[in-house]
Parts: sequence; C-alpha cells; structure tokens
Amino acid sequence: MSIPEELKYTPDHEWVRTETDGTATVGITDFAQSELGDIVFIDINTVGQTIAQGEIFGSVEAVKTVSDLFIPLTAEIVEVNQAVNDSPELVNDDPYGKGWMVKIKLADPAQMDALLSAGAYKELIGH
Amino acid sequence: MTEELQSVPLEAVHQRLGAKMVPFAGFLMPVRYSSDIEEHNTVRQGVGVFDVSHMGEFVLRGPKALELIQRVSANDASVLFDGKIQYSYLPNADGGVVDDLLVYRLNQEEYYLVVNASNIEKDWNWICAHNTDGVEMENISAELCLLAVQGPQATQTLQKLTDIDLSAMDYYTFCRGTMAGIDDVIISATGYTGAGGFEIYVGSHHAEQMWNVIFEAGADFGIKPIGLGARDTLRLEMGYCLYGNDIDDTTSPLEAGLGWVTKFSKEFVNSEALKIQKAAGPARKLVAFEMIDRGIPRGHYDLCAADGALIGSVTSGTQSPVLGKGIGLGYVPTLYSKAGTEIFVKVRDRLLKAVVVKLPFVKPTV
Repeated sequence: MSIPEELKYTPDHEWVRTETDGTATVGITDFAQSELGDIVFIDINTVGQTIAQGEIFGSVEAVKTVSDLFIPLTAEIVEVNQAVNDSPELVNDDPYGKGWMVKIKLADPAQMDALLSAGAYKELIGH
Repeated sequence: MTEELQSVPLEAVHQRLGAKMVPFAGFLMPVRYSSDIEEHNTVRQGVGVFDVSHMGEFVLRGPKALELIQRVSANDASVLFDGKIQYSYLPNADGGVVDDLLVYRLNQEEYYLVVNASNIEKDWNWICAHNTDGVEMENISAELCLLAVQGPQATQTLQKLTDIDLSAMDYYTFCRGTMAGIDDVIISATGYTGAGGFEIYVGSHHAEQMWNVIFEAGADFGIKPIGLGARDTLRLEMGYCLYGNDIDDTTSPLEAGLGWVTKFSKEFVNSEALKIQKAAGPARKLVAFEMIDRGIPRGHYDLCAADGALIGSVTSGTQSPVLGKGIGLGYVPTLYSKAGTEIFVKVRDRLLKAVVVKLPFVKPTV
C-alpha cells in the first residue's frame, strides 16, 4: 500500500499536496482505490464553488459502490482533472499521479498543518 | 447482525490468492481477487471459477417428497425427470417470496433444493412447517462445496477432468459422476452469469483438491478465480433477480416477472391469491432500464417521471462492464413498464434520463 511521505492525508482517505502556485491538489489514496475496486465514473460538478471543510464536493463511482468525496479543508474548487473524467481507471492505476481529482484554492493555507501526516494515516488504516 | 461469520471450506485458499474478503449472507466470502471488471470479462470471454459454497442445499426424500415440493414451490416440479433441474420460488402466504431456488430431481423420490445462503434457516423452517406427510429432510449445506465454473471455455476446461460428455448436457440438467478421480460429484449445467458453464457440487473435504485440478485444467485458457462482485454484475447484465434486492418477503412474484415459473395447474401456498392478482394484472412491474445520461443507478435510488414525480425505486444497479453504461432493475407502475419508456433516476438530487429496455441487457452465450 503506497503512502507517499510528502503528502498530507484525511481520515476520509484523501490526499492533499500543496503546489508552488498556491493551490493544492486533492485525490484519493491507494488504500481508498483498492477498497473501492474498479472506478468507472468521477462525478464532480462543483467547479467555481467554495466548499466548507468536510462538505461533499463530488462522488467517485466504482463498479460495486459509490463514495462521496469530502473537501479536506475549506476551499474553492478551481479545476477538475479532465483526464479522470475521460479515463476513471487512472484513479486505480495512479492514485497519487495522473489520477488526481481536483485542484483547490485553500481559504487558509495554514490549515494544511492540521491534516494527517503519512505516518498518522498509515496508522489509521492499520498498515 | 452480530452472529459470528461462517467460513467456506476454501477460505484459506482465497486469502492466499489475495482476495478481498467481505461478510455476505453470514459468510466471509471473496468479493474480488484483482479487479471486478477484469474478472467480469474473464467470465464473458474465457473461463472463471466462483466459490459459491455459501449456498444452501436440502435433500428431500420419500414417496411424498414431490407433493411437498409441489405445495411449497410455484413452478410445476412434476414435469422434472431424473437429472433435470428447475428454477422456482417459494411463495409466502402474504403475497411475497420466501426465496427463489433450484429444484434437482435425483430420482422419483429424491430431490435437492438449492437455496440462497441468506435464507437457509428461514427456508428450512418454512419447508419443515409444511412437511406434514413425513418427508425425510436433510440440510447438507455445510457438507458441500459449490464451485461455479463459468464462461465459454468452461466446457473444454472441465472435459479434461471427466468422462461424462459435457457438451452433450442440456442447460438445466445434471449428472452425478466422477470428476478428477473424485466420486459422487454433481455436475450441473447451470449458472448465474449467462456465460455458460457448470456448477460443481463436491464434498467439502475434496474442495481444495477440486479447486486445484480445475485451475490446472483451465491454465491454458487463462482461468481465474472470480469474486462475488463480478458475480453480481454478470447476473445483472442478464437481468436475473437477486433475492434481497429485486425480490423479497414483500414483493409480488408476478410483479417481479416470475409468472413464467408460477404454474396454476396445481395448488400451492398462496396460489389462489396469486391467481386473482394475475387476472387483475399487476399494479407495478420490475423493469430493466439503461442510463441515457451519464450516471450509475444504485439500489434504493428513486425512479421518477419526467416531471420529477416519484414512481418507484431501483432494486439493483451497476455500471455494465460490457456495455460501459449504467444499468438497473426497479419497480415502476405498469404504465411505465413498456420498453422504450423514458424514466428518470434520481442520483444525488439530479434527475438522470434512462430508458426501459427488454432483458437481457447483454446477449447470453448459453
């Protein structure tokens, strides 16, 4: 189970990476994609909206199940990954790379520190 | 439910293969080994093996066995001959369905009933309650391992293991014989996939041996273990009902489309009421629908008319791996049940367009 050291995590099995341009990128973890199974549809239609921490910004549909996507921190959704819209399997194949979901603009970038470290997330999922 | 999960004989084998194990119908079962879609396509195009040992098997024996089966089940078991199998269901007294099942005739006075894992105890008690003529009943569920070997290459795979001419066996017939040197195996030309193949009933103590020889025999065809996840998408592409989703204690068998296995030429539990219902015409029907808008229907989602009025609900839904779009089953008023009717599925507060279609969604290869 891959859990890159440099990323931040949430208990909802999402990862967050701060980018140099001040945005952050959000995706789901390797553990999450493996629990969901084959992902067939990423349903996100909240671009341009500001969403409060913990609220739903979209859904990820696997063959067997559907799961809500929760915004890790209060932020505006600035971009959806068009590649996963066309090829949802990218989330299974490369959850931390080509399978990213959204780019967000954080209301308060300092809140990043409150997210889980790789070590804390690893402990959470019991690996 | 807090009761302890039961184990199938091959649990350790599944764990060794890296299966994701989940509780299902009181058993810890493999839901997926690698990928639902890959496993699904393996069965549609090649050959795959499901461990469905959680299913229940009852033996009914004696001169009155057929009478009991005729009384508790809706289909006409008197048409069965030795080696013939029939799909049927147990109606309850209130207009619903206790379970759906397969009836196997071993001989004139001996039958196997194969029932859903989640209903083993309920069915057993129900049939016992109707057994007023001393039919000998035995629950052999725990003693049997059931492997479903399904797919266009299933016959070639299994033919390596037995002298019985498998290609000569008609759909819904079975043989009792030797397979891979193991005696007293039931080879049944049935399945829940529409992909062809067989279901193999073998004593639990031979389960691992049978599993291993089947995989050796199928190696040339790329045989794979298949989880319950793919089993569900395979059955849904055929439109086969799943007990607990599409039919249950409260659903009318006639509304569910089980009229073809409801034979009023005999009397059975609740047959008079069902006859009246049939004459009046069902108020609602279980329909199959395909998504037109992009989206995936799921159980319990609302089904709506174009104006948003609630007309029913989804009982089963998924993304069809073969069609690459959302498919589902659900109950709607008869008015909306004709193929070609546009209906809407409420997905996260949005109304997504779908169309009622005729089953199956995907052409079977049996």
